[in-house]
Amino acid sequence: MATLEPVGALALPEVPQLGEPIHKPLSDLEVKLEANRCLYCYDAPCMRACPTHIDVASFIGKIATGNLKGSARVILEANPLGASCARVCPTEELCEGACVYKKDDTPIRIGDLQRYAVDYVRNNGIDLFTPGRPSGRRVAVVGGGPAGLSAARDLRLFGHAVTIFEAREQLNGLNTYGIVPFRLDYDVALWEAQQVVNLGVEVRAKTQIGVDVSFETLSQDFDAVIVACGMGNVPKLGIPGENLSGVWDALDFIQRAKLGKSLGNLGNHVAVIGAGNTAIDALTCAKRLGAERVTMYYRRGEDQMTAYEFEYEFAKQEGIEFRFFCAPVKIVGEGHVSAVEFVRTEIPKSAGKQSPIQVAGSEFVEMVETVIRAIGQTRLRDVFSAAGIETVDGVVKVDEQLRTTREGVWAAGDCIFAKGMREAMVVEAAEQGKIVARSVDAFLGAAH
Amino acid sequence: MADLRNDLAGIKSPNPFWLASAPPTNSGYQVMRAFEAGWGGVVWKTLGDPIVNVTSRFAGLNWKQNPLIGLNNIELITDRPLDENLKEIRECKKAFPDRAIVGSLMEVPVREKWHELVKAVQNAGVDGFELNFGCPHGMSERGMGSAVGQQPDLIEMVTSYAVEATELPVIVKLTPNITDIRHCARAAARGGAAAVSMINTINSLIGVDLETWNPIPHVDGKSSHGGYCGPAVKPIALNMVNECARDAEVPIPISGIGGISNWQDAVEFLLLGATNVQVCTAVMHHGFRIVEDMTDGLNNYLDSRGIETASELIGAAQNRITTWENLNLNYKIVAEIDQATCIHCSKCYIACEDAAHQCIDRNVVDGTAMLVVDADHCVGCNLCMMVCPVEDCITMAEIETGLPPQTWKQRTAALASTT
Repeated sequence: MATLEPVGALALPEVPQLGEPIHKPLSDLEVKLEANRCLYCYDAPCMRACPTHIDVASFIGKIATGNLKGSARVILEANPLGASCARVCPTEELCEGACVYKKDDTPIRIGDLQRYAVDYVRNNGIDLFTPGRPSGRRVAVVGGGPAGLSAARDLRLFGHAVTIFEAREQLNGLNTYGIVPFRLDYDVALWEAQQVVNLGVEVRAKTQIGVDVSFETLSQDFDAVIVACGMGNVPKLGIPGENLSGVWDALDFIQRAKLGKSLGNLGNHVAVIGAGNTAIDALTCAKRLGAERVTMYYRRGEDQMTAYEFEYEFAKQEGIEFRFFCAPVKIVGEGHVSAVEFVRTEIPKSAGKQSPIQVAGSEFVEMVETVIRAIGQTRLRDVFSAAGIETVDGVVKVDEQLRTTREGVWAAGDCIFAKGMREAMVVEAAEQGKIVARSVDAFLGAAH
Repeated sequence: MADLRNDLAGIKSPNPFWLASAPPTNSGYQVMRAFEAGWGGVVWKTLGDPIVNVTSRFAGLNWKQNPLIGLNNIELITDRPLDENLKEIRECKKAFPDRAIVGSLMEVPVREKWHELVKAVQNAGVDGFELNFGCPHGMSERGMGSAVGQQPDLIEMVTSYAVEATELPVIVKLTPNITDIRHCARAAARGGAAAVSMINTINSLIGVDLETWNPIPHVDGKSSHGGYCGPAVKPIALNMVNECARDAEVPIPISGIGGISNWQDAVEFLLLGATNVQVCTAVMHHGFRIVEDMTDGLNNYLDSRGIETASELIGAAQNRITTWENLNLNYKIVAEIDQATCIHCSKCYIACEDAAHQCIDRNVVDGTAMLVVDADHCVGCNLCMMVCPVEDCITMAEIETGLPPQTWKQRTAALASTT
């Protein structure tokens, strides 16, 4: 196996910022005031609310005493993805939502303080971790996104050799490619990945399992295999006209925008189908790229939107329009999209969670030049079946220790997120990476 | 509107708020501004042989993001010629005849020199004198300031030098850098002082710069101990004022000094025995304008309690301070946590668990820590209430013990009589 260049050596593309970041970093004064406002709760609720259980009171206390290196260590020890989580975590729902100040005052700005502490080590080139004593065991990690990076980091601390197989050019998955740059900078995502690589992780980029390397090869060459390959593309809508130019997969769209690649002429009116957080990213991205009107179309109501409340608010402020209770039935155009035909929908009044039904005769046409579908992601069923691991509805089946049904194979991250279960957040993926690393370490230790 | 007029040993002022002898009273310009803002009186920056100062001179103690909870200084007395100061005193007195101007004096312990200085300053029209026996840095090395204030016999002697040269009231300003301030106050009274003022600043070092290892403040890399003042010294000052107020051998009024920043602090000093108060650090922090709320707040406080004159507060609570042996051993209070306002931070729990008597039960229910006092074992120490960030969430409730009051003194006496 030829060793590829470390990812950090790859040239950073010149990427457009698409306007001002949503959150500016706190000033030094703001940080001091905010850090000193923290109560330093005992067994703090914020720590409990964080999926990775960062000792928030401790890291904020360290900021207050000027021990920024120690602060960043506390954060990154608990969460190798601490830099991106500081920017993309729904903190209102997690740590800040649990802050004891929420009741009578403003919660501590935990995410912003975390960003400040981690930026300190990032900007000053401080290394916080060293690999463990070599164990002589080798672990393959399939997928270099948040879950894979988190697992790789901890496995290196345990002393195991780690090789990440990454289908794309760069590591850190959706952090690098799928989150709009005004929320998470490209270079932050890559720095975060580089910290893991610097611990001596071998990276085989642009390497697809099942295409470039077979799963059986991995399973023979390594003592353990972790599947952390995430999910696939946005599925098709299943309506006529989807192959016209101007119809986009939201993740492709965001990726191209983030990398500064051409998206052609978006026209005056962009339609985004779906109401999750990726839909919000696609909507706001299209708006910032210059589309005059950008409208979200959703087959359910406002209350059923899966995007976070603060994301929805942000989209409103960016000037996005919203149309609820309508579904696309046909994309119209000659070569390129020119219109979409929608039909009104309604939720049947009967009890239980109901799928919307179309209202006969309620069709209407919207003139649009770009259609972006953001209705979730497909499951990588082929990869899992080739690996010989069981799935349920395309979701890899794992036990509490994140072991798959195949001996020596583990799974973590989006590929094990079942619908209606925990949310597919970066911070959850980070925690699963830690769990899977411990599980693999215990297995390798016992197998000695 | 309550009557705020004040009379300290015959020195009259429209309110009890004076500026202490310090940087804010260094010049006529500043004193004019202070009077315009509403200060009742000033004690002029200490007069004497003009000195040469160093830079830098001050350093502040900050707590978290709160600056100047304490202030340390190594500035000396006035660095301006006596004549210039006296001319400005005259102008200020003329412009504000209703305000008190007290001349602070410092001189070596030589009778003639004191007579000369007292007479010169008296001619400028001051309402009284304050003898600076408290300044703990610099001047003390030259046999003045606290070098006098630390020796009761010197206090008595030098006080008499000043007193015999004037008919005006003489206040003696005392240093806290002693073991028992009452001995110093008694000596001042014996020397003929009309009043004592306390406390001057406390010997202190603010700290060391962790980068350069220079002391803070430093003068070309070196420092000497300075005088500490500001909110952090208030408890020390209150105790000293009260000790003197309750002492039969200190039958003279007290001007309270030490960390007074607002009307509430002033009320506490008055209640525990001060006749008026002097302020410095709070003005150095915020400017003369703070006196507006001091008078307004005191007025409203007195009105709300139906008290007609501020002087009724003087010493009104001073005898609530006694010796430990006179405290009731059978008085019992326990903590109560109001579950409705508790924010579940668990600060009370960890404080009691690690530093008190392990009397708070903590149960996490649905991710929320529920905190309940074990009243049977609570010793009523107050610690949980003190660390609670929510006002009135933890209160101390009196428990009826059914026992008659009994002090340590009574208890030991009773035990002695049974054996």
